[in-house]
Amino acid sequence: MDFQVVILAGGFSSNLVPLVSKEVPKALLPVANRPVLSYVLDLLESNNLKDLIVVVEGEDAALKVGGWISSACVDRLHVEVAAVAENIGTAGALRAIAHHLTAKDILIVSGDIVSDIPPGAVAATHRRHDAVVTVMLCAQPVSGPSESGGSSGKDKTKKPACEDIVGLDSWKQFLLYIAKGTEIKKDTRVNKSILCAAGKMELRSDLMDSHIYAFKRSVLQEVLDQKPAFRSLKQDVLPYLVRTQLRSDVSSDQNNVEENGNGKDNMQNNEVVLSQILSNASLPSFHQVYESGLDSRKTHKCCVYIADESKIFVRLNSIQAFMDVNRDVIGDANHLSGYSFSAHHNIVHPSAELGSKTTVGPHCMLGEGSQVGDKCSVKRSVIGRHCRIGSNVKIVNSVVMDHATIGDGCSIQGSVICSNAQLQERATLRDCQVEAGYIVCAGGEHKGETFARR
Amino acid sequence: MESRRNPRAVVDPKVRQVGFFTSSQPDSSSTQQQQQQTDPIPASASSPPVSTISPSGNSLSPVMIPPPRLNSSDTFPLRGAAAGASSAVSPSSFSYSNRRDFPDGSTTASPGRHSRGSFVKSSTPVASSLPGIGMDSMAAAKSSSVPASGLTTVSVVTMPPGLAEKASGMEVQSDQKKNPKSLKEKTTKAERRAIQEAQRAAKAAAKADGGKVPPGTSASVASTSVKVAKPAKPSTQKNEVSVAAGVTEKKGGPSEKDRKKDAPHPRMQYDDESRVVKAKRRAVVKQTEAKNRVELFRHLPQYEHGTQLPDLETKFFQLDPMHPAVYKVGLQYLSGDISGGNARCIAMLQAFQEVVKDYSTPPEKNLNRDMTAKISSYVSFLIECRPLSISMGNAIRFVKNRIAKLPITLSESEAKAALQSDIERFINDKIIGADMVIVKHAVTKIRDGDVLLTYGSPTAVEMILLHAHELKKKFRVLVVDSRPKLEGQLLLRRLIKRGISCTYTHINAISYIMHEVTKVFLGASSVLSNGTVYSRVGTACVAMVASAFRVPVLVCCEAYKFHERVQLDSICSNELGDPNAISKVHGREDINYLDGLTNNANLQFLNLMYDATPSDYISMIITDYGMVPPTSVPVIVREYQKEHLLV
Repeated sequence: MDFQVVILAGGFSSNLVPLVSKEVPKALLPVANRPVLSYVLDLLESNNLKDLIVVVEGEDAALKVGGWISSACVDRLHVEVAAVAENIGTAGALRAIAHHLTAKDILIVSGDIVSDIPPGAVAATHRRHDAVVTVMLCAQPVSGPSESGGSSGKDKTKKPACEDIVGLDSWKQFLLYIAKGTEIKKDTRVNKSILCAAGKMELRSDLMDSHIYAFKRSVLQEVLDQKPAFRSLKQDVLPYLVRTQLRSDVSSDQNNVEENGNGKDNMQNNEVVLSQILSNASLPSFHQVYESGLDSRKTHKCCVYIADESKIFVRLNSIQAFMDVNRDVIGDANHLSGYSFSAHHNIVHPSAELGSKTTVGPHCMLGEGSQVGDKCSVKRSVIGRHCRIGSNVKIVNSVVMDHATIGDGCSIQGSVICSNAQLQERATLRDCQVEAGYIVCAGGEHKGETFARR
Repeated sequence: MESRRNPRAVVDPKVRQVGFFTSSQPDSSSTQQQQQQTDPIPASASSPPVSTISPSGNSLSPVMIPPPRLNSSDTFPLRGAAAGASSAVSPSSFSYSNRRDFPDGSTTASPGRHSRGSFVKSSTPVASSLPGIGMDSMAAAKSSSVPASGLTTVSVVTMPPGLAEKASGMEVQSDQKKNPKSLKEKTTKAERRAIQEAQRAAKAAAKADGGKVPPGTSASVASTSVKVAKPAKPSTQKNEVSVAAGVTEKKGGPSEKDRKKDAPHPRMQYDDESRVVKAKRRAVVKQTEAKNRVELFRHLPQYEHGTQLPDLETKFFQLDPMHPAVYKVGLQYLSGDISGGNARCIAMLQAFQEVVKDYSTPPEKNLNRDMTAKISSYVSFLIECRPLSISMGNAIRFVKNRIAKLPITLSESEAKAALQSDIERFINDKIIGADMVIVKHAVTKIRDGDVLLTYGSPTAVEMILLHAHELKKKFRVLVVDSRPKLEGQLLLRRLIKRGISCTYTHINAISYIMHEVTKVFLGASSVLSNGTVYSRVGTACVAMVASAFRVPVLVCCEAYKFHERVQLDSICSNELGDPNAISKVHGREDINYLDGLTNNANLQFLNLMYDATPSDYISMIITDYGMVPPTSVPVIVREYQKEHLLV
């Protein structure tokens, strides 16, 4: 279909410290014991997109990600990994690989999403309107631990997370305005000409930019070339395109020049009539109306695709989101995980060993080779491979990664224990994050702390 | 009749064509006289129209005339079967078996494997001594766009699927361990030893200074092996690693064979339950039948409109065999972005031009046959998006005919060029050229002081009006419009921009404003051989009122839209639109009184798209062959249809 897919997998995101480390770049963070990148790859594969470019920040991270992909996607996908310098932003990353992009349109997918929204829908909308950029919007996810967990007495996580503010036209087809919710303090500017042309603008804060974009390649490359200061797709490139949609200086149609270049008068006349017939036949968007009102103005279209609300979409961009994703994938959205759940709605690997009187509740996952001692209780948690968990341990709403060791009598709530970390006896953690390989001393009681080596 | 025909074959058709043409001062009576000499059927035109039906009925019984076969769908089962078989084979078995089949396969594979190896330790200086790097730089030289290793996989994409899979399957290191046997078959002992040694050394090196090497060295390595490094921006250096490849040949949609076979018959009876089920099984577009359909129109397809578009959109990448241009046109049909007979036809033909341009004959296949099959499958897709108009049917017939008539001796590029120019010529001559001629004829009918009425937004009429305005004729235009499409408003906007004075009204008021009208210009979707004009719903009403007021009704229609079918009413063949379009008014929540009633069993919506205007109401049809009375349509169909379909 003449689309190229670029996955922006990021590097070692600072938001996610201490979960990410030199060993585990963001793309490889485990979600239900699978790297988060695998969810994106699965989604694309199920949509028959098998030619992918994965862009990773930093050489080391690229090696890690590439190594994982090569082992996981053998025979299934054709993946190319590109390493770019760190901290050059999404736009910078695309600039760096721009010369690899050859297709007519580029589909850009963030590497940290867990979703079942078919990317084909964005592409189809993009093609149908012949747009310069098409953005997928989706409903804001519900953040914070699930109420049924029972442990969250105070709803401090339920802040009104206004991520994005988007302005749509009355048919909800075109994007008229976009801004990050956090950037808007008191007032904001809306382009008057766009407002006049569209007639009506619907401002919504319940939609979120999902970081899945379809770009026209020529335009994207032109913008990236012309504006070397642009660092981020979402914060620079996209608002720029939206802002300038009625006074476009990107050449969205190169073939215009070609058509006019050749041929006799008669032929050219025919072409004019032809394009006229075609444009008259279709319902004009406000772009065309505006264009016809003012001569020699060029416009381009910025479209949106609004995902169905029943679809699941989560981005792993904060520690809270990491917890949410893990909870959702083994809970409500378990069709994404690719595992088959037992009758108790949990997954206990056959090689895992459970002590006597140990209970593993629903929406739990116990990885291969893990050992759990006696009288433990595991609720709504993900436990990785080859973990060793002592007796009398309570794990609720938490994520324990591979090879962690948890001593007897520990109690863990709402926490993340990274791989190879060690909890000595009777440690009590609540809403904590423990870095990989860190050792938490015995008997301590901690709340909302981050354990990391300096 | 036969005896009359035979001598006619001798006559040069072009000479007779002149007879039909009305020259600069066209006069309907003169054309009729001409026809009287040539043909007995239009001779009866002067008699009352009721009797004119019978002669045409004699030659073509309305019941017996078959609907147009638009797709020669079931002709090539072989090709489809082959496609189906290849899709069934699992990828792994493919790669192994192929390896033995193609001796040079392993040589293509080995660079891939090396490059994989080089990736693992690309940060070590040792790596540069590896054979893999050598391969890399060679590959890099080949295509400068990809600087680092992994180029072998890039080439995979262009290879035929079998080869591609084999090459890519071998790129993976683990793969090589799994099946050393097949490697042994191809390489000598010494070679294998060398490879093994190299890998061992590489592994050791990687272990020794795995992640500790500062990025600077890796960059230098990259630049030695890569020629295209940008000196200004070392940060943009990248190691592109092709990691794995292999295309599982699972096709999303139904295989091409199925698609071909089951192009739904253009005039399928949708009240025939078993057929509908069958058609649905093979449909690309998910079609949910609307529940409350009007009994009289049960035989026409009607779907829940909300469901089709999103479903088709989500399948965007899964419809492998579909050409993007065709897909786009289909989407535009479905969403209503393109409507109007000419525009739809042109859009389709342009998509087909793209198809021809990107076409390459698969091995062991014949261009003529394969291309016809391809076009058929595209057409069936388009039918699923929206039923074809008659003009599109004719255009498709033309394209297929041209493909079938391509001489076998032609090379592929020549054949493609010929086809593209044929399609181009069809658009230019039969659609745009025809419109020009129609404009020339019709303008002579516009006099100063005329009040012209038009309905909807017909392209030909618009061109006539604009041209007449350019000729400084003084006239007024009445644009009559109807819900829900309100196409007239678009026409109105364009006319006013040119400075034509207009009046706009809805069809409800037609009987009041007809008093002042001097001529009615109408467009048509098709003209059938009994003179019936098949057009946008509402046209019949306008024509009837006009003829009741004794206002001449002129129908402007390009000859490529003519069809030999005879239709007496607008029930047996029609199209149903979105019922929501008439039950709701967009953006006016305050007057949506029918909210919540749409699924009521006692309520049925009927949104007809077309109607049939009997020839009694039509004074004249203006075509590219001149101005003719509706009774002369069968002549044009009979004499020119063949010609302009075959060109």
